[in-house]
Amino acid sequence: MGDINLSVLIASLMVASVPILLAALGEMVTEKAGVLNLGVEGMMIMGAICGFIAAVGTGSPLAGFIAGAAGGAGLSLLFALLTLGFLANQVATGLALTLFGLGLSALMGQGYTGIKPPATVEIDFGTLTDIPFLGRVLFSHDWVVYFSLFMVAAVWWFITRTRAGLVLRAVGESAEAAHALGYKVARIRLAAIAFGGAMAGMGGAYISLIRVPQWTDGITAGAGWIALAIVVFASWRPVRVLVGAYLFGGITVLQLNLQAAGSSIPVEYLSMAPYLVTIVVLVAISAGKGRKTDAPAALGQNFHSVR
Amino acid sequence: MSADQPILFIAEGIGKSYPGVRANDDVNFAIKRGEIHALLGENGAGKSTLVKMIYGLVKPDQGHMEWLGAPFAPADPARARAAGVGMVFQHFSLFEALNVAENVALGMENPPRLAQLSAKISKVSADYGLPLDPARRVGDLSAGERQRVEIIRCLLQSPKLLIMDEPTSVLTPQEVEILFKTLRQLAAEGTAILYISHKLEEIRVLCDRATILRRGKVVATAYPAKTTAREMAELMVGSALASPARAGKAQGAAQGAPALEVRGLSAPSPIPFGTSLKDISFAVAKGEVLGIAGVAGNGQDELVLALSGEMACAADMIRAKGESIGAMGPNARRARGFVVAPEDRLGHAAAPDMSLVENAFLTGAVQRKLARRGFVHWAGAKAFAEEIIAAFDVRTPSSDVAARALSGGNLQKFVIGRELRQSPDVIVINQPTWGVDAAAAAFIRQAILTCAEGGAAVVVISQDLDELMEISDNFAALNEGRLSVPRPRAGLTMEEIGLMMGGAHGMEVAHV
Repeated sequence: MGDINLSVLIASLMVASVPILLAALGEMVTEKAGVLNLGVEGMMIMGAICGFIAAVGTGSPLAGFIAGAAGGAGLSLLFALLTLGFLANQVATGLALTLFGLGLSALMGQGYTGIKPPATVEIDFGTLTDIPFLGRVLFSHDWVVYFSLFMVAAVWWFITRTRAGLVLRAVGESAEAAHALGYKVARIRLAAIAFGGAMAGMGGAYISLIRVPQWTDGITAGAGWIALAIVVFASWRPVRVLVGAYLFGGITVLQLNLQAAGSSIPVEYLSMAPYLVTIVVLVAISAGKGRKTDAPAALGQNFHSVR
Repeated sequence: MSADQPILFIAEGIGKSYPGVRANDDVNFAIKRGEIHALLGENGAGKSTLVKMIYGLVKPDQGHMEWLGAPFAPADPARARAAGVGMVFQHFSLFEALNVAENVALGMENPPRLAQLSAKISKVSADYGLPLDPARRVGDLSAGERQRVEIIRCLLQSPKLLIMDEPTSVLTPQEVEILFKTLRQLAAEGTAILYISHKLEEIRVLCDRATILRRGKVVATAYPAKTTAREMAELMVGSALASPARAGKAQGAAQGAPALEVRGLSAPSPIPFGTSLKDISFAVAKGEVLGIAGVAGNGQDELVLALSGEMACAADMIRAKGESIGAMGPNARRARGFVVAPEDRLGHAAAPDMSLVENAFLTGAVQRKLARRGFVHWAGAKAFAEEIIAAFDVRTPSSDVAARALSGGNLQKFVIGRELRQSPDVIVINQPTWGVDAAAAAFIRQAILTCAEGGAAVVVISQDLDELMEISDNFAALNEGRLSVPRPRAGLTMEEIGLMMGGAHGMEVAHV
């Protein structure tokens, strides 16, 4: 076990966490608007396949990420049509979305197995990379890692500091009251759903383009569900979402290293560790006072205005 | 004061239909500047629909409106606010998880930065004698304080017309007095106020003119100061009203052993932003009606939960006929002749999408033995539902319709009837006539009194002081989870009642 290098461990956990961090941030914004979209897994895998196809087709990883975001957002718009337009139950629609996404992605991915996507290069920070420890941890990543960290700050700033963020929270607290004040509830929720879908799609594209990088059916392997759980146990706060995502990524990397180092702990226990530890730690953080009032009050409730 | 003022707003021939309902029909009225104008009518008379049109939330089907002589058809509330319309809603349009300043900002078009806004809120609230801390979370405020948030949100935009939808239903008498002073001050400054209420005495004290609506039509315009409350009530209802009466007190009511005794009941609230109960003690004898007043959110819901058994407490805290029942669940209590009717008709008292038969079964099963070895005795449940429908004059096509399909008054008669028909010894009712038309309310009150005459101990929790004055023998008030010592109702003054309810919650009179 002594051969696990701390700086390498941190650097690789940052990479491992990107998909769930992006997806959880997007879902957090969606839920802040009062919409519970359980289809994160489906939107992620749609992002993974759309991104993969686009990147292979154009040879540009950037085009892959844009297509991934578009794929996730596209699937989320289907969710928006059903829940905002036809007032379908959000839980059932979200679950159906995941099943639909898994199936559609497998169909689209036929013929793409075994292909390598174009590589995304790490940003060149020049000599900064040579700083002992910090250089490896902070200056050795591809642009998406920095983008995900930027999005944590951006979402925090948007939610707590801007008027649009305040209106978004208001819609999630009480759609009736927001409507009575003249805010367009459906439009705001539509935007939040699309943002959540795009973020989940990007997270999925990161898995198929950088993390793995290739295409196999069911490549997201439950990352969407972990992202959903992280949003809840992070009490809908961006910084805690970051903590949760890095914790999950960290334990994933650690258990892979332990497996490689030939640990005596059975593989099955190591594989379940990230899921278990993340949930336990986040439950411990979010337990205690104030926990009842964290959730957006109108979460999961459809709203239809009569005019 | 407003006779020679120019006209601010005119509505001509306004009509609005919803499926199956004509909410407004050829409504004409005008508001002058600086006038306090009452809009009076029963529930469902079309008052709310009418003001929603002025505020841009609903579009009229027919007719047109004028604002300062120009045609006025606000497409959304933002346009209405820009023209100078402010509205304080009946069910507050506030966000509990946000603080006061954020809530105010949401109701403004171009709010300043939160720090400046907070300073403005403090200033305006001091000017009008409505103290408020901009940083407090709205979920932690009392109902009276929440209303201040709404009023200040409107005042910050210097409205020309302020619409107030049933503003006093959640206030103590002292808070009402302060609100009226604020409104008169605003009117004197030239702001017109459209005041919606069905409380006639208030309108007589406050308003210059009244437009009376019945079933969507204007039936009269009155000068409240020159009209009696009874005349206005009859215009509103369209017929003469009978007040409930009790034939005579049950024998030995006051001396009898208490049928229900609560001693030192303390319990934390299971409801987010709820009020915990603090050392509540009272006793109710057979044949006695105890009225419990209080502004909403002072522990009423929690007290009902504790009495019904939905929230368990120490066994000795609640006793019925000498038996400790505090730790028992709802069905064990029902088996002992203890019935509870909660406030919320749709969702708590009744399951909205289940039929009346199923709803009758839900609380009647124990007393009426409608379940046998785990199977439902449907014929018995149907007979019970039809018995309630007949005895309480519930207007419904059949007992198989969903509870949701009934009007508020009819469903309330059904859920109250369901409890009263179980020949109970102890009856607890929260808000027996909330949102119910006058005729149904009178019927329900009479039924409660009849049960008391039959020897039941009754606890009525209500925010309607007139109702409690009418039916209770003893009177107490809940304030921040504490119950005042019950006193005989006869001889209590409004001022004493107000103090029992917690006075003015730190409000002061406007001092500009």
